Amino acid sequence: MSDKIATRVAYGEALVELGKTNEKIVVLDADLASATMTGTFKKAFPDRHFECGIAEANMVTMANGMSTMGLIPFCSTFAVFAGRCYEQIRNSVCYPHNNVKFGFTHAGLTVGEDGGSHQAIEDIALMRVLPGMTVIAPCDANEAKKAVAAAAEIDGPVYLRLARLPSTVFEDMPFTVGKGHVMREGKDAVVFTFGIMVEVCLEAANLLAAQGMDLMVVNMHTLKPLDEELVKECAAKVKNVFTVEEHSVIGGLGDAVASVLAGNGACTFTKIGVEDRFGQSGKPMDVLREYGLCADQIAEKMLASRG
Amino acid sequence: MTIQQLEATCKQVRRDIINMTADAGSGHPGGSLSVTEILVALYFQKMNINPEKPKDPDRDRFVLSKGHATPALYGVLGRRGFFPVEEMKHFRQLHSILQGHPDMKKCPGVDASTGSLGQGASIATGMALGAKHTGNPCHVYAVLGDGECQEGLIWEASMAAAHYCLDNLTFILDNNGLQIDGSNCQVMSLGDIAGKFAAFGFHVINVADGNDLTQVLDALNQPAEAGKPTCIVCHTVKGKGVSFMENQVGWHGKAPNNEQREQALKELEA
Repeated sequence: MSDKIATRVAYGEALVELGKTNEKIVVLDADLASATMTGTFKKAFPDRHFECGIAEANMVTMANGMSTMGLIPFCSTFAVFAGRCYEQIRNSVCYPHNNVKFGFTHAGLTVGEDGGSHQAIEDIALMRVLPGMTVIAPCDANEAKKAVAAAAEIDGPVYLRLARLPSTVFEDMPFTVGKGHVMREGKDAVVFTFGIMVEVCLEAANLLAAQGMDLMVVNMHTLKPLDEELVKECAAKVKNVFTVEEHSVIGGLGDAVASVLAGNGACTFTKIGVEDRFGQSGKPMDVLREYGLCADQIAEKMLASRG
Repeated sequence: MTIQQLEATCKQVRRDIINMTADAGSGHPGGSLSVTEILVALYFQKMNINPEKPKDPDRDRFVLSKGHATPALYGVLGRRGFFPVEEMKHFRQLHSILQGHPDMKKCPGVDASTGSLGQGASIATGMALGAKHTGNPCHVYAVLGDGECQEGLIWEASMAAAHYCLDNLTFILDNNGLQIDGSNCQVMSLGDIAGKFAAFGFHVINVADGNDLTQVLDALNQPAEAGKPTCIVCHTVKGKGVSFMENQVGWHGKAPNNEQREQALKELEA
């Protein structure tokens, strides 16, 4: 493990790398290049970076038009604006399954001080329901870079959920779109999680180990298509299944896993996430604690709800 | 083609519009009849296209931003040879390439999936920007409805079109003055719509009668102003060519019954 890096930073760096070998890559921003970290791409390839002004809907539909001319556009803005340009994503991009990528940063509660108006807790639900959309939420900088490269290889829309908060960078891991990754083996329970919560769940697993609960931690970086086989396989090995997400418990990973396991097993199932409420201002870790998403709180919930 | 031949094609397309909507029992005849001359002028005269090669990378692009006017678009594409005219019988039916609104993955010749108002203008802007970036010599045309200009996205796209100096982009406004709930003025006044596009940085051309082929072609043939997108404001008649549909709000999204079809076809005889 090394210094903490935000996945948004890795996003900007990965785009520069990609831009060096693939001249079809273009990046669009809505006056947030310095926050989505695509400013690095803008600096490296000024003629391939397109400012769209504070107009997210037009950024998405213009990117769609550019994709029909053979380009591979990456639209960059905050995840909270996924809802603002949602119908453009649905009708212009996803309906004809066009080749547009969305690198949406500042997802989840860990946006922190900007508050509930800027903390997207619904973006995965929105994106997951669109036919043909690939949804990826990398857990660290390395995975974010691989996800960007993989997104460019996919012929169709891809949503990348990226974080503002710097987080631990793990040892290099295999990454395949649609394939979950077991980060820690365990025989009593399994938690499926993604993004920043992977690190938090590994910490919870250490706390639980001291309490006699052996927790398997699975990094489900691809929310769609979900690795259904891995979900079934892991669930079959344990008595308790958990999902943890920095997202609403409605429509996110919890619901996706529940759909796979419904009527399928003899295990308990508990969704841990944002309980149908908006976020609020505060230091990122303080906000996580307020919403019960710190490692000790997650461990406590798991102990309380195990069967 | 001579003007007479183009006018005959317009009549044929209008008959197609009536037959398609009557066969389907639904669809949008009013705004299809108003836009007929514009589409015929583009597809039979102005645009660099080849029905044999609908995906030719250098072809001119067309976006029907007022995507509900598919009867006119399909009539034109069918008569131009992009698909067999028999397909028109399946308009709006299950498994048809002729969906209720344009589907670029199903219908040859359709360059953008549209139907959600406002988005087509923005897609066309992106196409023109992409063309400039890649050095593609094509010109991009988009037909906008007037009610559609109530969508904020039209103005976001217009700002971008001027910002990026897209002189390879032409918006054509089908200004028939009517929309679903009434006239533009009753629903949401557009004010000086030509002046608005000019203020956004467009080279604006007014066409007094957008159902007059000569006037439409004259406007389309004017050279673009370097560094500026063009907006051609065509004053048209909703329901044009069918007496009982002309200037009637009620014929926006209603199909003619068989009796009305016969009467309309009689009025549109060659």
